[in-house]
Amino acid sequence: MSDAAITTETATGHSRRTFIKGVIATGAVVSSSSHLFRARSLSASAAVRASMPRMISLNVNGVSRSVDVMPQETLAMTLRYKLGLTGTKLGCDRAECGACTVLIDGVSHYACSLLTNAVRDRSVTSIEGLEGADGTLHPVQQAVIDEGGFQCAFCAPGFIMSMVALTNENPEPTREEAAEALSGNLCRCGDYNKILNSAMRAAEYARRMV
Amino acid sequence: MAVIRDMMPAFELFQPTSVDEALDVLERHDNTWVLAGGLDSMDWFKDRIKRPDVVVELGSVSELTGIRASGDGIEIGAMTSLRDVVASDDVRSRFGLLAQAAAEVATPQIRNQGTLGGNLIQDTRCWYYRGGWPCYRAGGNICYAGTPRSMNREHAVTGQSRCVAVNGADTAGALVALGAQMMVRSAGGERVYEAEDFFVGPEIDIERMTVLEPGDLLTHVRIPGDWADARFYWEKVRDRKSWDWALASVAAAIVESNGTIERARIAVNGVAPTPVRLTDVENLVQGMPANDDTGMAAGELATRGFKPLRHNDYKVPLARNLVRRAVRGDAA
Repeated sequence: MSDAAITTETATGHSRRTFIKGVIATGAVVSSSSHLFRARSLSASAAVRASMPRMISLNVNGVSRSVDVMPQETLAMTLRYKLGLTGTKLGCDRAECGACTVLIDGVSHYACSLLTNAVRDRSVTSIEGLEGADGTLHPVQQAVIDEGGFQCAFCAPGFIMSMVALTNENPEPTREEAAEALSGNLCRCGDYNKILNSAMRAAEYARRMV
Repeated sequence: MAVIRDMMPAFELFQPTSVDEALDVLERHDNTWVLAGGLDSMDWFKDRIKRPDVVVELGSVSELTGIRASGDGIEIGAMTSLRDVVASDDVRSRFGLLAQAAAEVATPQIRNQGTLGGNLIQDTRCWYYRGGWPCYRAGGNICYAGTPRSMNREHAVTGQSRCVAVNGADTAGALVALGAQMMVRSAGGERVYEAEDFFVGPEIDIERMTVLEPGDLLTHVRIPGDWADARFYWEKVRDRKSWDWALASVAAAIVESNGTIERARIAVNGVAPTPVRLTDVENLVQGMPANDDTGMAAGELATRGFKPLRHNDYKVPLARNLVRRAVRGDAA
């Protein structure tokens, strides 16, 4: 409707500015609708060709949940957009930055590069699954708060999951071992020193709890 | 709820539970893709450069995981994670070279998820090819990396043949040095390749990194006991301490007695489209003392004939010094 109005306006010889505005508006409409159509055609073709059942049972944070997933869907997509667990971040979506780190059977993985269908029979832990039922924070989360470990903290959920894996596997890490364990996570603020302080304190808190 | 923006194009997914089942799926479909850890594959899918119709995910094939004794050596399933390879007592105690190489692959998460087989058959990292440029390797008729004005700091200094990309698999060099064998199965039966013959250069087939063809599965890697008592040397040079592929790496297994080298197997990687076994160097150092003079001679011979490109001549002294250190027996 508004497109037609603008086009008419342009045709009747309005200013150059109005014309450019019109072009921009039309462009926006075209690109957003093409996005909608693309999304629709993709899911439709997946439904026709899926060799796997679409509804699968996924064990996330100790709860078994029924989810509708596409064959090509990654775990990060499922967690964020199907289960609403947006604590798992998508940074690069290319297994480079570590923002999407989750634990699969207690071992750290990049959720952006893992098909959801590949973890059906396994136990997934995301950042939301760390705190206790009564709201007590995980020792790693408490350590990060006490150390003020992050600046913008977009990378924090991934780092925290890697720290949990570290404290589980190596209760008494050296600073160097902690750096190695966190080497699969990137922080664009460059806050590594404070992150390592957090990791060392996390290990200390975890030891105290045992 | 947010909108899903970066979804991979659709494919049909199969999750077989046995090798036979997997081979059957591969046999019955065209344009298939075998998925192991997925760390190489998903980049291709997300960038829409490789678009398989059928993906065969091998995570449920239990016969492909695990490390067991085989003759005087060991056999490692291709789907065994790099983490399990690094942690294995059998690998650490007798074939530490492989454990060292696997421990320096990428990041903890990638080693947790990535498999030995996937690391071995990963595609090259040439960014022109990775970026979807229609180069020889992608079926086109030009190499974008080999021209004088190309960005080719990470590319090959030897073994180039139209394509100048390098093999990026850290475990490949180690397995060549250990004299490993690759067991491949297809609908037609099982084939066994020596590790050094498993990788093919562009002069043989410019579109492949290994002997594997559609319908083939790398099932196991067998490491014989021949080099279990050797002195190992592994060194990987990379731009960053984490995540990165090797600019060059050396893997050596050397058996000495009273300071004299009895026999050696040495491979360098990151310098050619395949891991390079240095047979001439192995012959040269046999019977020589394991010292710096021998190392110097070995390094010189190893890099003879290397032809650097515009931006990667540093790789020649790099490889020379890596071989030198391996032969003279620096503490790794």
